[in-house]
Amino acid sequence: MYEIRIHSRGGQGGVTAAKLLALAAFRDGKHATACPFYGAERRGAPVVSFVRIDDQPIKVYSQIHEPDLVIVLDTSIMDVVDVLQGLKDGGTVLLNSAHPVAGCNGTCRHVDLTGIALAQNLVVAGSPILNTPVLGALAKMDIVTLPSALQAIREMFADERNVKAAEAAYEELKV
Amino acid sequence: MLTIATGNKAVAAAVKAAKPGVVAAYPITPQTEIVEQIADYVTDGDLESRYIPVESEHSAMAACIGASAGGVRTFTATSSHGLLYMHEMVHWAAGARLPIVMANVNRALGPGWNTWAEHTDAFSQRDTGWLQVFVGTVQEAYDATLMAFKIAEDERVLLPVMVNLDGFALSHIMQSLETVEIGDFLPPFHLPHAIDTENPCGYGPMTGPADYFRFRWDIERSMRDARGVIADVEREFAERFGRTYGPTEDYRCEDADVVVVAVGTLGKEAEVAIDRLRDEGIKAGSMRLRWFRPFPDLDLSGRDVVVIDRDYSFGFGGVVAHSIRSKTGIEPYSVIAGLGGQEVTYNDIADFVRNRRPGEETWFGVSDHV
Repeated sequence: MYEIRIHSRGGQGGVTAAKLLALAAFRDGKHATACPFYGAERRGAPVVSFVRIDDQPIKVYSQIHEPDLVIVLDTSIMDVVDVLQGLKDGGTVLLNSAHPVAGCNGTCRHVDLTGIALAQNLVVAGSPILNTPVLGALAKMDIVTLPSALQAIREMFADERNVKAAEAAYEELKV
Repeated sequence: MLTIATGNKAVAAAVKAAKPGVVAAYPITPQTEIVEQIADYVTDGDLESRYIPVESEHSAMAACIGASAGGVRTFTATSSHGLLYMHEMVHWAAGARLPIVMANVNRALGPGWNTWAEHTDAFSQRDTGWLQVFVGTVQEAYDATLMAFKIAEDERVLLPVMVNLDGFALSHIMQSLETVEIGDFLPPFHLPHAIDTENPCGYGPMTGPADYFRFRWDIERSMRDARGVIADVEREFAERFGRTYGPTEDYRCEDADVVVVAVGTLGKEAEVAIDRLRDEGIKAGSMRLRWFRPFPDLDLSGRDVVVIDRDYSFGFGGVVAHSIRSKTGIEPYSVIAGLGGQEVTYNDIADFVRNRRPGEETWFGVSDHV
C-alpha cells in the first residue's frame, strides 16, 4: 500500500487534490481511497488530506502516520507543522516551490505549481489553483499515469486550463 | 457503473435509484452532502420527487410521516443532534408503521461540540421500533440504502429503517462505488393502510389500556419477522447484483480463539488488525456487527470476545458489549474507543486483542484507567 499525506492551507484545494489523485489511481485500475482530516477548517488554516493506493481493497480508515510521500502545497506551513513527521525511510517529499527548500531531507522534489497556475490564469477567489497541476507532477513521479491524471481532471473540471497546467507541471518537474 | 464516491454521495445515488416521491430534510454536518446531492438530482430532473426543505429535523420526520401515510415512498437523512431533535417523531414513524428510510451519519453529541464519528446518536434511538443497520464501506452504504427500502416496505415488516454510516470516516472518504440498474428489485410502493379519501379512517386516535399493548406486540412481531425478510432481501440482492451481506460480516472467524466485535469503519479496520495478529500466530477473527435492530443471534461460544464500543451508556457500559453479554452469556473484554472520532488504528485494535482481559472494561486513551 502506498500512503500519501497532503499538507495545504484551507482554501488551497488540498482536499480536492486528494480526491483527484484517488480518482486517477482508480482510473489506473488500482484501489484508492481519499480522506480529508476534517477539523475546524477555515481559510488559511493548515489542513491535511490522505490518499491510499493499493492493488488490494483498502480497509484502513485511520489517519496516515507513516506516509511514503508527503506533498506540501504551501511551504510556509513548514514553519508551523512538521510535515516530515513519520515519513518512511526512503520516503519522498514533493514541495510546491520554485526552488529547493532547506531542511527537507530524503528524496525531495520541487515544482512551482503556483507559477504554473498563474501562467494559466487559474485563479479562484484570489488563490491560484494548485490541485490540478499537482496531478501532473505526481504523474511524472509515476504515482499515477499521465492519461489517468488528465482523465481524472477532465471528470471533475470542465476548464481545459486545468489539463494544461497538469501537463506543464509534468514537463517542469525534474526526476 | 463503476466510479469513485464518498459515503454521502453513495447514499444519495441509492436514493435516486429508489425514486422516493418525497424527500424532506434539514442539513447537518456531516450529512449535508446527502441532501444537497438529492436536491441537485431533483433540480436537474434526475429524480422526480418532491423535495421539502423544512425548518427542523422534527419537521423533516413529520413531513416524511405525512407523505408516507399518504402512500408515498419517503427518505430523509440526519445526524447526531438532528436525530435527537426529531426523536419524538422517530417513535411516531415506527408506531404508525410507516416504512420511511433514513440515513443517519453517526456523529458525537455535544457538549463539547464534536462533528466526528460516534454511535451513541443511533443507539439512543434503540427502543423506537426502527430497524438499524450499520455499514462499513462506501459500496455498502449504497447497497444497504437500496435494500432498506425493500425491507421496510415488505408487508411482514412495515417499519422504518435507519442506515448508519460513520461521520467523516465513511461519509467523506472516497472509495470505489458500483451503482446498479435496479430494474424491478424495488416493487412500486404499496402501503396497505395508506390514507384513502374514499375510505376515511382514523389514524393514531386515542388507544386505551385494553388495546395499546396489542399494537406494541405487533411491532415486536414484525421485528422478529424482519430477520427473515432481511435474509431474503440480502439473498435476492446477492443473486441480482453479486454482493453478499448478512447480519454480521465475519472475517477469519472459523478457527478463531478470539473474535473482535465492532461496528462501522472500526469493524473494517479490525480486519487489518486480524491479518497482523494471524501473522504473529494469534488465531484471531473479526465480526462486524451490521444489524443492530433486530439484533442477530451470534455464535461466539468457546472464544474470547473483544468488543469495541464507539458509544457509551453512562452508569452501565458499552452498548454493544452489554448486548453481546446479554445475548450470548459471554463476558467480553469491553473496549471503549473512537468516541468523538478518537483516532483508533489497526495497531491499536491488535493491542486490544493482545492485552485482552475478558470481563473487564477499558477506556482507550484514558491513562489512569488502562
